[in-house]
Amino acid sequence: MAKSDVKVLGAWPSPFVMRPRIALNLKSVEYEFLEETVGSKSQLLLQSNPVYKKIPVLIHHGKPVCESLVIVQYIDEAWASGTPLLPSDPYDRAMARFWAAYIDDKWFPSLSAIAKAQGEEGKEAAIAQVAEGLALLDDAFAKCSKGKPFFGGDKIGYLDIALGCFLGWLKVTEKMTNLKLLDEMIAPNLVGWSERFCSHSAVKGLMPETHKLMEFAKMLQAKFKAPPS
Amino acid sequence: MAHEEVKLFGMWSSPFVRIVEVALKIKGVQYEYIEEDLQNKSSLLLKYNPVYKKVPVLLHNGKPIAESLVIVEYIDETWKDNPILPQDSFERAQARFWAKLIDDKCMPSLWRVFRSKDNEQEKATEEALENLKILENELTDKRFFGGETIGLVDIAAKITVYWVQVAQEVAGVGIISSQNFPVLFKWIDDLLSCNVLKETMPPKDKLAAFFRTHSKASK
Repeated sequence: MAKSDVKVLGAWPSPFVMRPRIALNLKSVEYEFLEETVGSKSQLLLQSNPVYKKIPVLIHHGKPVCESLVIVQYIDEAWASGTPLLPSDPYDRAMARFWAAYIDDKWFPSLSAIAKAQGEEGKEAAIAQVAEGLALLDDAFAKCSKGKPFFGGDKIGYLDIALGCFLGWLKVTEKMTNLKLLDEMIAPNLVGWSERFCSHSAVKGLMPETHKLMEFAKMLQAKFKAPPS
Repeated sequence: MAHEEVKLFGMWSSPFVRIVEVALKIKGVQYEYIEEDLQNKSSLLLKYNPVYKKVPVLLHNGKPIAESLVIVEYIDETWKDNPILPQDSFERAQARFWAKLIDDKCMPSLWRVFRSKDNEQEKATEEALENLKILENELTDKRFFGGETIGLVDIAAKITVYWVQVAQEVAGVGIISSQNFPVLFKWIDDLLSCNVLKETMPPKDKLAAFFRTHSKASK
């Protein structure tokens, strides 16, 4: 399959963009990565995702697929002969989908809330929420992995991708708050898992370096604090 | 098939529970329906959905599943007759995208209109109308999203519109009419011609009375 048959529209700092890229790597599918400029949206993006105008977008044979988790499931089904990303058992699939939705609907917003929190009390409450979520996810890991190294078992799967993409930003949050969130006390299983995930060949080249993300985060903060021109 | 125990924990006024019920009925699955009092949640509900403590929850052979869209996909994969999601992977992606849009954007924005105070209501209405326009534009020529037979997105959209029709009357706010959303409006007629949907929806007067009580309580 020609490389240009598969395109991913995205940007390097976005954890959501990492998801389809990891999935394509796991399936050994070559693709063209089209980097969006931060602060502006290309014509192609606006055409391909008119509803949300957001990255990532996967374009396969000219047809766009939007929403990162929808894209990952599409990749799993469109390249069904490659390594499966979702478990084969319907109940295990439901659990993977449930926790991935939890990560997007509850956990990641709670992580973003730390930076936006007002005052010490606000910050502490936000941090407590993230820690609570990590404890829940740690428990989910024990159930889903069934003693194996990843949520998906022996291999990285849908839920590993759903959570793992946030590890870079989690490290940034830890540095900015001077607190260890992914900690033995809070989430013992996830500590080992995160190291395995980040060093996996399908992930390694994609996970942004923490110091680069920090610079990017500071740039964003400055941008929002600057008076409107 | 050997006897399978299927239970659905729900609440009669929840549109999300109805989506799951319609899916079970389309598949011809025998199930026990357990009505929950959300002011007084049962210990079973709290046990089966500790994360959200909400309905719907499906229990299949003792194993619980929560979140309506997750449940519907499970139902589709477990009982293979009368598929609710398309077979083609690109069309499946589209169905998931639209179902999620209805769940994440449309429903919440509509609810905000009915719950918001006067000064916020204009902005909330604008947002809700924008979201409905997105749906309306996508529908145009099709009778069903999924093709020839009713699918997940049809179910979710129709149930949403049904709920909005009742809520808007109670709130005295016009959102959907045959003038501004002719396609969505026509869909409601199609809904009433679909037996499974017709028999699963709560009667409009009962739902309206429920909304009236609840809007009084929140004031």
